[in-house]
Amino acid sequence: MNIHEYQAKQVLKGFGAPVAEGVAVTAVDQVEAAARSLPGPLYVMKSQIHAGGRGKGKFKELGPDAKGGVRLAFSVEEAVSHAREMLGNTLVTAQTGDAGKQVNRLYIEDGADIDRELYCSLLVDREHGRIAFVVSTEGGMDIEAVAHDTPEKIQTIVIDPETGVTEADVARISAAFELTGAAAEDGKTLFPILYKAFVETDMAMLEVNPLIVMKDGHLRVLDAKVSFDGNALFRHADIKELRDETEEDAKEIEASEWDLAYVALDGNIGCMVNGAGLAMATMDIIKLYGKEPANFCDVGGGAGKDKVAAAFKIITADPAVQGILVNIFGGIMKCDVIAEGVVAAVKEVGLKVPLVVRLEGTNAELGKKILNESGLTIQAADDLDDAAQKIVAAVG
Amino acid sequence: MSILVDRNTKIIVQGLTGKTGGFHTEQALAYHGTQMVGGVHPTKGGQTWTGSNGESLPIYASVADARDATGADASVIYVPPAGAADAIIEAIEAEIPFITCITEGIPVMDMVKVKRRLEGSKSRLLGPNCPGVLTPDECKIGIMPGSIFKKGNVGIVSRSGTLTYEAVFQTTNEGLGQTTAVGIGGDPVKGTEFIDVLEMFLADPETHSIIMIGEIGGGAEEDAAQFLIDEAKKGRKKPMAGFIAGRTAPKGRTMGHAGAVVSGGKGDAESKIAAMEAAGITVSPSPARLGSTLVEVLKG
Repeated sequence: MNIHEYQAKQVLKGFGAPVAEGVAVTAVDQVEAAARSLPGPLYVMKSQIHAGGRGKGKFKELGPDAKGGVRLAFSVEEAVSHAREMLGNTLVTAQTGDAGKQVNRLYIEDGADIDRELYCSLLVDREHGRIAFVVSTEGGMDIEAVAHDTPEKIQTIVIDPETGVTEADVARISAAFELTGAAAEDGKTLFPILYKAFVETDMAMLEVNPLIVMKDGHLRVLDAKVSFDGNALFRHADIKELRDETEEDAKEIEASEWDLAYVALDGNIGCMVNGAGLAMATMDIIKLYGKEPANFCDVGGGAGKDKVAAAFKIITADPAVQGILVNIFGGIMKCDVIAEGVVAAVKEVGLKVPLVVRLEGTNAELGKKILNESGLTIQAADDLDDAAQKIVAAVG
Repeated sequence: MSILVDRNTKIIVQGLTGKTGGFHTEQALAYHGTQMVGGVHPTKGGQTWTGSNGESLPIYASVADARDATGADASVIYVPPAGAADAIIEAIEAEIPFITCITEGIPVMDMVKVKRRLEGSKSRLLGPNCPGVLTPDECKIGIMPGSIFKKGNVGIVSRSGTLTYEAVFQTTNEGLGQTTAVGIGGDPVKGTEFIDVLEMFLADPETHSIIMIGEIGGGAEEDAAQFLIDEAKKGRKKPMAGFIAGRTAPKGRTMGHAGAVVSGGKGDAESKIAAMEAAGITVSPSPARLGSTLVEVLKG
């Protein structure tokens, strides 16, 4: 689960990390009061959307020469005029896709005098099965580009979960950042704080880019991007409340209410599959035969008829879908349950596009019988190859 | 021969009294008499579990009790996510040699703790979020459908459950059959990696060829490819076919499995395929041709 920058900073501030003072606003008439509550005279206006690359992003509604999604204001009046251009408009960045995202909220922050910009992230290091700091002196840039062009400028420090961040770890991180004086002192508290915040709130990723050394020599978290482990939200009611559904695809929200693994995509062949690997492979084989999948959908192993029907309805409700491929290899999942769910969904909402069904494994014959006797127009497929070719041919 | 499990493996079930655990224990008992020897439940020790077909198993209050009473050398865990890590740790502390965790949805941070506890322990963990392991006609741990298996000479290792079934089904249809199929699971932090299983398959004389199925996310396939290159230099090499799921998955999105995500420019399908091909694995572009690809490889 992703959250906004301003929320991420509140979470980190709660653990004692140094962040700038700031106020989130959702309307232009809130901007003046918000700015006046900050020290000034420099304000940073930051669009709050769940995507990176905001500074270089462009607003669709404004001219190509207009400023981007992160702006500096040198007076309260300038802050208000920036907000007029930003709020409600659509920001297109390298990460949003061409459609962009509507900016519904701005975060107005006290400006900082920056000496150096660093990169600091915490993530799950799969190789070691531990949390690791990934650090670089090349902050404020796209870290993927740094990793590609100058990999020697990125260091990974893996933390032992038994000890947490030790003095030796702090020293290594500090050395990687080339910190001295007040900044090195700040690091002794900040790095353990970041680790504690990560572990105690079950984050999946924490990216501070940049972490800055200010002109006064102290460290500050200038930007923060946080995502949480969806599997751990059950023990974090407070974190769950930070979810912003306006940032998510409506179909994905509905799917999540049914506990379906669903990802909306740009193609026009809807897929309903059991198992994440097979669901990805089904998308891949559609592409192999020249078409694009409209979605990823794993109904899971233990789904009942109602959940299957819900999944099928979400897929048919997508106006881009011109054909549907149901691909099931029953293990825990029984094919008759799938068949009953599909039949129930079609009876309720109808079926206006071609449907190809491949059933294999547990109770496959029973499932095929239910589909045959349903009176629905369904093309049965013998195997995955056959299924993919049939749906691609049917969509044309 | 086989790897990890055979007809002598004795298994206890943590989470036997739940719906999922009970159902799959019945399936395992029905599969060539897999030796399911007991269940564990903290408050139901001394009671008896009875399956729908009338078979019954004793329930013990702890894993240690169950191990002492039954001589079990394996445990399978169907405990729900919130308690699954504690269940694994209990099995590690009871020094169960082989632990399989089927549970999907365990918080990553819990698995970080589990992984640390595994270091220096006497246990191997398979999973979590995996379908388990099956040696045809001998032993079934987990949720794989037994009916599609056939005893033979292909070793199968996969991060995905249903793609494991595809590989099993297709190799059965090709007449090759399997030595053992191992699902290592779709989570980012897990007990057993590709390399561990590949090492066992290379060492197993009955395993003549291997199918390896990976997916986007992480670098386990690349690590496995390097391992295979290093072993080949020592003269240890078996014919292999492979597949990587998620070529069409968008960057930055988690595709069902918690570990299936291309992030920070790492873990995409193309680099995995390239690494596997460099290690001499014939990677099928289609998940429908795992079996036929291996047949082609074996023809040479």
